[in-house]
Amino acid sequence: MYVAVKGGEAAINEAHKLLAEERRGDKAVPELSTTQIDEQLSLAVDRVMTEGSLFDRKLAALAIKQARGDLIEAIFLIRAYRTTLPRFGSSIPVDTAEMGIRRRISATFKDIPGGQILGPTFDYTHRLLDFKLAAEEGSDSEAPHVGNADLSATDALLDDAMPRVVDLLGHEGLIEEERPAEDDAEVGDLTREPMSFPVDRDIRLQNLARGDEGFLLALGYSTQRGYGRSHPFAGEIRLGEVAVEFIPEDLGFPIEIGELTLTECQMVNQFKGSAEAPPQFTRGYGLSFGHCERKVIAMALVDRALKGRALGEAVEGPAQDEEFVMEHSDNIQATGFVEHLKLPHYVDFQSELELVRKMRRKATDMSAESADDEIVEAAE
Amino acid sequence: MNMSNHIASSSGNQTEANSGETQNSARSAWMSILAKSNPDELVRAWERLDDKPNWRWLRKPETGLVMVRGRAGGTGSAFNLGEMTVTRCAVVTEGGEGAPGFTGQGYLAGRDRKHAELAALFDALLQDTSRRPALENTLLKPLEDELAGKRRKASAKSAATKVDFFTLVRGED
Repeated sequence: MYVAVKGGEAAINEAHKLLAEERRGDKAVPELSTTQIDEQLSLAVDRVMTEGSLFDRKLAALAIKQARGDLIEAIFLIRAYRTTLPRFGSSIPVDTAEMGIRRRISATFKDIPGGQILGPTFDYTHRLLDFKLAAEEGSDSEAPHVGNADLSATDALLDDAMPRVVDLLGHEGLIEEERPAEDDAEVGDLTREPMSFPVDRDIRLQNLARGDEGFLLALGYSTQRGYGRSHPFAGEIRLGEVAVEFIPEDLGFPIEIGELTLTECQMVNQFKGSAEAPPQFTRGYGLSFGHCERKVIAMALVDRALKGRALGEAVEGPAQDEEFVMEHSDNIQATGFVEHLKLPHYVDFQSELELVRKMRRKATDMSAESADDEIVEAAE
Repeated sequence: MNMSNHIASSSGNQTEANSGETQNSARSAWMSILAKSNPDELVRAWERLDDKPNWRWLRKPETGLVMVRGRAGGTGSAFNLGEMTVTRCAVVTEGGEGAPGFTGQGYLAGRDRKHAELAALFDALLQDTSRRPALENTLLKPLEDELAGKRRKASAKSAATKVDFFTLVRGED
């Protein structure tokens, strides 16, 4: 427990001034703009939006700047900001089958309708530092070759239809079906109601979607290493833009209020039959704002691991333990509790100090007594 | 969802344009275009407008949140993915010479109040059947073309990264 402390106002003000100075860094170096962060550190922006649970690129860029690049601090700022705004309602569930594809790959099928689209990926790069990026700073000679030149009539375009790969398996009944619930209006929201276990899939997916990427990455990895193995294949990963439809109460009909960038991962996992159902693949799902590929793959692994109980699998690894995963996935809750340790605990610590002194006195007295006993015994 | 609201009912009284499925779907389509378009284009279109109507706020621009939902596995039960910022407002235009005005609404992603204001104003103007044909040509069509052009450009860039993987047989047959 920590207790309120008074005083230190002047020191705190000075500390905040120093923080602002450190944030700005050397004034001989041009200041970073939030637009630059949005455009050039876009994957950091994507992570802050996903785990901050708020799609707004400009706000996320501002939070990153204010937090000096500390992404968890930036996520904290975004979470705090969202509590100041009213909620107008909920969107119609987005349809990722209708995504304007920028990247779409399948690790399960080589030939898929619409094709495999690599898009902007680090995959197949050599992971060698590119010193040209440092040497040519400011010259902008590294402008992407695809450029913004006008489209010529001969440029190939993507196919219109980009069906989800798992839906193709679904047609043959080879994979467990994902059917909508009877009433879509009854969607759990952990920002409104505290979680109580066991939780439904909606709460689980919301929790994982805003969960810490590092935590989910480690848990997903643990399932691959044997702590709740589920033999995963990335059935499909897709990135692109999806229109968000919303029905304003005062209009009563749906309008598209904008487009969001989303990343989706459909994991295809090992099959199991039962008395009622023939063997079929099972699945895990990952979805994020922006381009958060590592996150959605990890999320899909953990989503599948957490299905274990419903599928009658033994809970052997941490990733299969719903309460463990969901109670520790939120990096703002986690950082709050872990980092509060640095706040004044003076009174609390004083009482512990008293206690340990008392115990030591007792221990000394006792050993003195037993030492006396030994002398007496020896004398006898 | 509760559809009864004073704004909807009042605009319904002003004009028949708000009633009927087809009217709603036409309005839904142009509101979507206005929401997704580059706000600078709307500023220019407003500046170009010769006969700007008199108008007043029904609801000043307000920024809030819409919870974005997805579906488990893309097709399953709905879940809350996270929120997005949304700005909305409502305006009433004056028809002039006793003619009824129109209620226009702006609902769009982000926090751009000017964008919401212009979207609401054009929504009102587009409900005016005497203005609509002109605006469809001078405003909606170019905006739609620009959005489609952007999509095509993105599509071409991605299509260039389309890959044909082929599997190699390893070892002896």
